[in-house]
Amino acid sequence: MKRIADLVAEHPIFADLDDADRELIAGCGRNVTFKPGELLTREGAAANEFFAIRKGKVSIGTHVPHLGDAVIETLDAGDVVGWSWLFPPYRTHFDARAIVATHTIAFDGACLRTKCESDPAFGYKLIKRFAAVMMDRMQATRLQLLDMYGNWR
Amino acid sequence: METGANPNPMLPKFLRVVKRHRELPDTWTLDFDPVGGFPFLPGQFNMMYAFGIGEVPVSISGDPARPETLVHTIRAVGKVTEALCAAGPGTEVGIRGPYGTAWPVVEAEGGDLLIIAGGIGLAPIRPALYHIFANRSKYGRVSILIGGRSPEVLLYPAEVRQWRGRFDVEVEVTVDTSNQAWRGNVGVVTSLVRRASFDPAVTTAFVCGPEVMFRYATIELTKAGISPNRTFVSMERNMKCAIGLCGHCQYGPDFVCKDGPVFAFDKIERLFRIREV
Ligand SMILES: Cc1cc2nc3c(=O)[nH]c(=O)nc-3n(C[C@H](O)[C@H](O)[C@H](O)COP(=O)(O)OP(=O)(O)OC[C@H]3O[C@@H](n4cnc5c(N)ncnc54)[C@H](O)[C@@H]3O)c2cc1C
Ligand code: FES
Repeated sequence: MKRIADLVAEHPIFADLDDADRELIAGCGRNVTFKPGELLTREGAAANEFFAIRKGKVSIGTHVPHLGDAVIETLDAGDVVGWSWLFPPYRTHFDARAIVATHTIAFDGACLRTKCESDPAFGYKLIKRFAAVMMDRMQATRLQLLDMYGNWR
Repeated sequence: METGANPNPMLPKFLRVVKRHRELPDTWTLDFDPVGGFPFLPGQFNMMYAFGIGEVPVSISGDPARPETLVHTIRAVGKVTEALCAAGPGTEVGIRGPYGTAWPVVEAEGGDLLIIAGGIGLAPIRPALYHIFANRSKYGRVSILIGGRSPEVLLYPAEVRQWRGRFDVEVEVTVDTSNQAWRGNVGVVTSLVRRASFDPAVTTAFVCGPEVMFRYATIELTKAGISPNRTFVSMERNMKCAIGLCGHCQYGPDFVCKDGPVFAFDKIERLFRIREV
C-alpha cells in the first residue's frame, strides 16, 4: 500500500518539493474517499481541511434561493479543493461535492499552518503553490464573468 | 484538393434552402444541394446574401467529403443573420465562395491534434473534424475541447455525444454556468488544456470561437509548449468583397478574407496585443 508521502509526491500541487518537505506535508494528511453526491465541504462550515484530488470530479457551488444549486466550477484529479483553511476566520465559502467517486488526500489545515509558522521557508514554498492555484482560478473566473459566448466579436 | 471556384467571384449563385434545422433558439442550420456540388476546404467560408437585406460571411459547416450538400450553421445576431435563419425550405439565398484559407489538416498529419472550439465556433471547425475522423489513422492523439455558455446552448449535442463515444478521440465539454443536473465540467474551455493528453512538440492546435476566448486559449497553448507557428486560429472581421479588394476586413497587413480566416498564430500574435485592430 502506498504511504501518504507517496501520494503527496504524485500530486502536481506538491511537484518539485523535496522529500523532507513532502514528509512534513504528509504528516498532516490522510486518505479520504467520497461517494458520488457526498460533500467535501459545506458553505459556512469550519474550514478545517483542504483536499488534493487524486481521482474523481468535484463541483464547487452555492445555493441560490429560488434557483437551486448553482455550480461555479468543477475540479478534477490534480486540483486542490479549499483555501479557506489558510485565512481567518477559517470558514468555507462554497459547497464542494463529489460528482463521481472521488479519492483525495485530506489535509488538516491547523496542522499545516503550525508547520508553516514554525518553518517559514517551508511555509513560503507551500503558500507560493497555493497563490499560483488561486491566481489561475481567479483568471478563469474573470473569463467566465465575461460571458464570452454572448454577442461579442 | 480542388475547390468550387466561381468564374466571377462577386456573382452569387442562387441556391434554394432544401432543409432548415433548429440547433438552438437563435441558431439554425441550412442545407442546400447545389447542382454539381460545392467542393470546399475545411475552414473556408461563403458570402451569404439574404435578398434585399444584406450579405455576410458564414463558414461552411458540412462535410468536405460530401460536397453534394452545402451546410451552413448560422446564429441570428442581427438583420442579415436573422433573415438567413428564417429562410425556410424553398427560399432562395445568394451564395458566393468558397473563400479564404483552410485548417491545415494535411500539414498536421503525423502529429497530435488539439482542437478548441467555443460557442458557435464549433460550426467553422466541424468540417475539419469530419476530415480528421475520416482520416483518423493519419494523426496521433486527437483531443477536442468544447466550451459553451450553459448545457442547454451547446451546439450539435447529439453529434458531440457520438464523438465522445469514439475510442480514438478525447472529447471534453465544459460550460461557463450550470446547476447540479449537469454532471460534466464547469469552467472556461481554456482550463481543459492542461488536462488534455498531447505531446506539445508534435502537436498542432486549431482554435475557433469568440476572439476573447482564443486570446486566452493561445496563452494556455503557449504555456503548454505548443509553438505559435503550430497554433491556428480563425479570425472574424466585417466583410464586403471577400476577395481582397475593398480592405473592409483588414487586420494589420493582412486581409482576413484572403489571407485568413485561418491564420497561424505566430503571424498575428503581435496584433493580438494591439487593441481595436
Ligand atoms: C470568416 C467568417 C466566418 C463566419 N462564420 C460564421 C458562422 O459559421 N456562423 C455564424 O453564425 N456566423 C459566422 N460569422 C459571423 C457573421 O458573419 C456575423 O454574425 C454577421 O456578419 C452578422 O451580420 P448581421 O447583419 O446579422 O448583424 P449585424 O447587424 O452586423 O450585427 C448585430 C450584432 O451582432 C454582433 N455581431 C456581428 N458579428 C458578430 C460575430 N461575428 N460574432 C458575434 N457577434 C457579432 C454585432 O456586434 C452587433 O451587436 C462569420 C464571420 C466571418 C468573418
Ligand atoms: S472583404 Fe474586401 S478585402 Fe476583405
